[in-house]
Amino acid sequence: MIDAILFYVFAAVALGSALVVVGQRNPLYSAFALIVTLCSLSAIYGLLGSPFIAVLQVVVYAGAIMVLFLFVLMLLNVQPESQEEGSWRALAGTALALAVLLVLQVGTVLLHWHRPAPPEFDASTRKMAEILFSPRFLYVFEATSILILAALVGAVALAKKDP
Amino acid sequence: MLPLLWWQALLGDTAKVFVIFNINMLTFVHMTWLERRVLAFMQFRLGPNRTGPLGFFQPYADAIKLFFKEETMPAEANRKAFVAAPLISIAAAFMAIAVIPYGPPFTLFGRQWQLQVADLGVGVLFIFAITALGVYGVVVAGWSANNKFTLLGSLRSSAQMFSYELALGLSWVGIIMLAGSFKIGDIVQRQAGSLRHWNIVSQPLAFLVYFVAATAEVARLPFDLPEGETELVAGFHTEYSSMSFGLMQIAEYINMITVSVLATDLFLGGWYSGLPFLPSHGLLGFVWFGAKVFFVLFVFVWLRGTLPRFRYDQLMHFGWKVLIPLAVLNIMVTAVMVTVFGA
Repeated sequence: MIDAILFYVFAAVALGSALVVVGQRNPLYSAFALIVTLCSLSAIYGLLGSPFIAVLQVVVYAGAIMVLFLFVLMLLNVQPESQEEGSWRALAGTALALAVLLVLQVGTVLLHWHRPAPPEFDASTRKMAEILFSPRFLYVFEATSILILAALVGAVALAKKDP
Repeated sequence: MLPLLWWQALLGDTAKVFVIFNINMLTFVHMTWLERRVLAFMQFRLGPNRTGPLGFFQPYADAIKLFFKEETMPAEANRKAFVAAPLISIAAAFMAIAVIPYGPPFTLFGRQWQLQVADLGVGVLFIFAITALGVYGVVVAGWSANNKFTLLGSLRSSAQMFSYELALGLSWVGIIMLAGSFKIGDIVQRQAGSLRHWNIVSQPLAFLVYFVAATAEVARLPFDLPEGETELVAGFHTEYSSMSFGLMQIAEYINMITVSVLATDLFLGGWYSGLPFLPSHGLLGFVWFGAKVFFVLFVFVWLRGTLPRFRYDQLMHFGWKVLIPLAVLNIMVTAVMVTVFGA
């Protein structure tokens, strides 16, 4: 009961702040709203019984990445976007595509409304680690870290001044 | 033992929150007095010594003064963000203390208690996440005041916190591997008995990295560049006055107390005396615990009285090219040791 109430509260906050992210013309407000969205998502992960993912969500996205976003926004002193003219056609197309997607998604959810709840599963830290480092995912996991490392080295190489 | 009824659990948790909150607030209040006195003695001055015996009630006089000062706000400030910033800071500071155990388990009314609000399975990571959020208070404060000094302060702060957070998190990995758990309670349990079980003995490098990174995280000297009063007036909180300044100050000190308590719990054997002939249960455990926390807090003051401030490029260089490699080295050595010899 309390879980359900908390879920709806955080879901509403996540949706509301996500709308602010898209609708706000001041990029700093958008960034702040995105932080709120990420924190509410983290709370929903916690409600799903996986505190590890919940905490990682805050550490990685709300904590690290958004601080960098804000840092850049404040350093460049980005001004609020002014009212643009003449791009209504492109906007309308995008809106139509997104609306179709939304209808499809809502339809899928409604069709499967009465499907029985999935069986209880263990989402603890230990279980997560066992799954991640099982032969099924191990190579993908390691390949991802090499990919990230390559991106890091690339960023350093790009940022380095020519001697 | 009967399981707790829901209202008993609620009452117990409320009492715990009340006690832990007040322990922190009282430590904060008297820490300001202690800091000023000790610093003064280190500089051959006397410090505040007029209000009450030895000036002990000086913090209360300060608080009354702050309450009655006029609250000002720059005309060009972003009003909502300016008001919200101290609240973000203080909320983050008080959220982090929820998972930290303050002293040994004890028996009261025939039940086992521990001064810890929630023993989360991801305890250490939770603190990491909350400190990551704490930086927003400082960033928003500096940006919303619409002042170049505060903006510079918060830019410095976000870069500094971001850089040293990495080293801080990495310094915990070794002890987490040794304990095989993220729970702070388990990590303290592992250090029971003799002095050589303390994590500072088995992980001295990790402790060093932790302590330096923690000092930078709470922006104490020699890492107080976000405030840097010789360069930036008062850094990110230049425009704050009255109680909103007070809230910023409280958040800063609560963070300092939190990292000291964490140092005690994670590295200095928590509430264990470290000597087999000295018992560490019940009241004595609280004594050892308090003494260790007090010592770490004293070291923070000591550093402030002794070291000059880093230059900004030195700070970045030190964080990325010295501390993080050291922390990674420590993780590698510990991982090999744990694999070969077992925890």
